[in-house]
Amino acid sequence: MKRRIFLKRSLATGTAAVAVGAGLLSPIRILAATWPEAAFTAKTEADALSAFFGSANAQESGDVTLKAPLQAENGAVVPIKIMTSLTDVEAIAVVVVKNPSPYTTSMQVVSAAAGGMYSARIKMGQTSPVNCYVKAGGKVYMTSQEIKVTVGGCGG
Amino acid sequence: MASTKMKIKKNKAGGHDVMVLAKHPMETGLRKDKKTGEKVPAHFIQTMDFALNGAIVAQANLGPGVSKNPLISISVTGGNAGDTVSVNWTDNKGESGNAEKTIK
Repeated sequence: MKRRIFLKRSLATGTAAVAVGAGLLSPIRILAATWPEAAFTAKTEADALSAFFGSANAQESGDVTLKAPLQAENGAVVPIKIMTSLTDVEAIAVVVVKNPSPYTTSMQVVSAAAGGMYSARIKMGQTSPVNCYVKAGGKVYMTSQEIKVTVGGCGG
Repeated sequence: MASTKMKIKKNKAGGHDVMVLAKHPMETGLRKDKKTGEKVPAHFIQTMDFALNGAIVAQANLGPGVSKNPLISISVTGGNAGDTVSVNWTDNKGESGNAEKTIK
């Protein structure tokens, strides 16, 4: 419980988040057993990324592939698949920029036996870019694709 | 309450793709009940632990933004015939479900 409070505080101050990244080898490995609440409740993409990866900086990379429809008829079920040829993958995260809570889902690698593939079906409220982040070897790589949504699926 | 199904397929990289289908409403907490006008409380899967022979290899974190009856798949390198793959999920109300299969 203490760590959660700490994470929230570090978000608020903004500077401490960097300290987490620098002071500990990998914040993700430590988070591995828990649900990253701060990332899921964040209202902006940058907040969610700093809560999950420890930094909001990401580099666009051709080694990350997002397989998703260009147009989704039903926003309640949008199948997406992230593949990467990068080695030493630590985590994969999916952010739907225009959703009420942008941070949608993620996968954390706990042991080396897991590979660089993650797929899920997500909800999308409206047409929005979908950003995929892959953390590998301590660096964050990303790729993005806009998915058009005809009927939104976020309720409300 | 829920049934959880798992499929294991060989992938091109020589490993296996593990696909999990969990029956779950995945309520966001934003949707309103049409009859009463009250908000339907949030109810969604939070974590899904994938284990190979009992040792956790990866954890998927799900939020309200994941579709109902989530279909999640990850890949596992390593893993030979006879190894067991299991998945264990927990939601925000403390409910859980699991599935287990042996690699053929």
